[in-house]
Amino acid sequence: MRAGYVFSEVATGLRRNVTMTIAMILTTGISLGLLGLGLLIVKMTDDTKAIYGDKVEILIYLTADQSKEDPNCLQPLCSGLLTELQANPEISEVYFESQEQAYERYKKQFANQPAMLEIATADALQASFHIKLYDPQRFEVITQQYGDRQGVGSIQDQAAFLERLFVVLNGMRNATIILAVIQAAAAFLLISNMVQIAAYTRRTETEIMRLVGASRWRTQLPFLIEAVVAGLIGAAIAVGGLFAVKTFVLDRTLGALFRSGILPAVSTADLVTVAPILGGAGAVLAAVSAYVTLRLYVRI
Amino acid sequence: MIHLSHVSKSYKTSTRPALDDVSLDVEKGEFSFLIGPSGSGKSTFLRMLLREESPSKGEIVVAGHNLGKMRRSKVPAHRRSLGCVFQDFRLLQNKTVDQNIAFALEVIGRPRSVIKKVVPEVLDLVGLEGKANRMPHELSGGEQQRVAIARAFVNRPLLLLADEPTGNLDPDTSGDIMLLLERINRTGTTVLMATHDNNIVDSMRRRVIELQLGKIVRDESRGVYGVGR
Repeated sequence: MRAGYVFSEVATGLRRNVTMTIAMILTTGISLGLLGLGLLIVKMTDDTKAIYGDKVEILIYLTADQSKEDPNCLQPLCSGLLTELQANPEISEVYFESQEQAYERYKKQFANQPAMLEIATADALQASFHIKLYDPQRFEVITQQYGDRQGVGSIQDQAAFLERLFVVLNGMRNATIILAVIQAAAAFLLISNMVQIAAYTRRTETEIMRLVGASRWRTQLPFLIEAVVAGLIGAAIAVGGLFAVKTFVLDRTLGALFRSGILPAVSTADLVTVAPILGGAGAVLAAVSAYVTLRLYVRI
Repeated sequence: MIHLSHVSKSYKTSTRPALDDVSLDVEKGEFSFLIGPSGSGKSTFLRMLLREESPSKGEIVVAGHNLGKMRRSKVPAHRRSLGCVFQDFRLLQNKTVDQNIAFALEVIGRPRSVIKKVVPEVLDLVGLEGKANRMPHELSGGEQQRVAIARAFVNRPLLLLADEPTGNLDPDTSGDIMLLLERINRTGTTVLMATHDNNIVDSMRRRVIELQLGKIVRDESRGVYGVGR
């Protein structure tokens, strides 16, 4: 069997059912695009965990007055608090960060964003204690013990904030994957429909093939390849769509957060990693749908 | 070449069997007519030889292969030893004459060099030399049937099955087609032809197998269409 001959049949077949082929390609593309988005969110969640990982701290912010009055934590109120924290059996690590140090860290974090640097001064930031717990779940103990102490402004648990972020990210991932599955079901049915129409259009050909003794595999191959080619085109559209979303939406709206390292950026490399997965998923979806349809509905 | 032993075929949708206890032998190289009114079982008979359908009862052996015991995967190989011609020609309208014939070889994986060699040979045999590049709609009915015969014969089948091949043709053209089938028969190919054309059957004086209501009612070695018809 000559490959060129089979592919010329495939090209003819795709052209013959062009409206159905386009519908099927677009549906597959949307399904795979959503799947790709889901995968990128998974990657983003993992990267966020990696960025913050063991850096997650509890921050005891001192009041603005206290921060200004005792910038280096030398007076009894602040140093006493520090000694107490160091002695606390729940706490594994603690250090003091002055307004000046907080400002330096801020400047480093937003080095690429002059606008962010302009709005902040050292005075606007508070001095704080950075705390790591042996058991990060026991955040409440710290709030109870130190929340009402003199000189303490507020207590922030970064882990709780991250947890909320992960809930949002996981929710988005689940929603995109559910939508991807629904779209995939639609794509599956459209592929099946496309194959049935193609088989009907070419019934004389398939009948002759059957009568002259072409193998079942040979008779089905053009239909399978047609479906797989359409699936791969759908995957290419999905990858193109993801690239457009990255370039024109994510990079424009979240670029600042990406550059400052607060959120992990979606890189071109991430898309390159996702592309073959989408290609494979598109090809398998199309091939399985076409194969099942040929087995069940088309007499060959 | 063909051996049927007590073959019956029933369909769920019909109370009467399409074939009823049919036993028959056709020798290699024979030319036989299968006659009978519509609904007598001729088409079912041919479809079973092609293994398009299986008998409800009995045994069918074609070219040494027991079709009842044949695995599904072996059916394509069985069909390669047969050729089929139909009343409606069944040509691919979007392919030229030579492409129609080459198609039958392409799809069973014959090498391009073989196809290039045998397609002109068979066109020559059926008298269509010089018409290789015509489209089917540019040909007369007789010429289209010649293309269909060429396609059926190009793989040098042991058995050629023809289902009313002259049904759509005028008497003169039908005569030409019969001459062609005779010529193919002389190469050693067994020919079994279902027909309603009494003139052809009467003029050829070949074996006649007559079916009525699924039963063989007559089997004559040099028969006519029917006495008193």
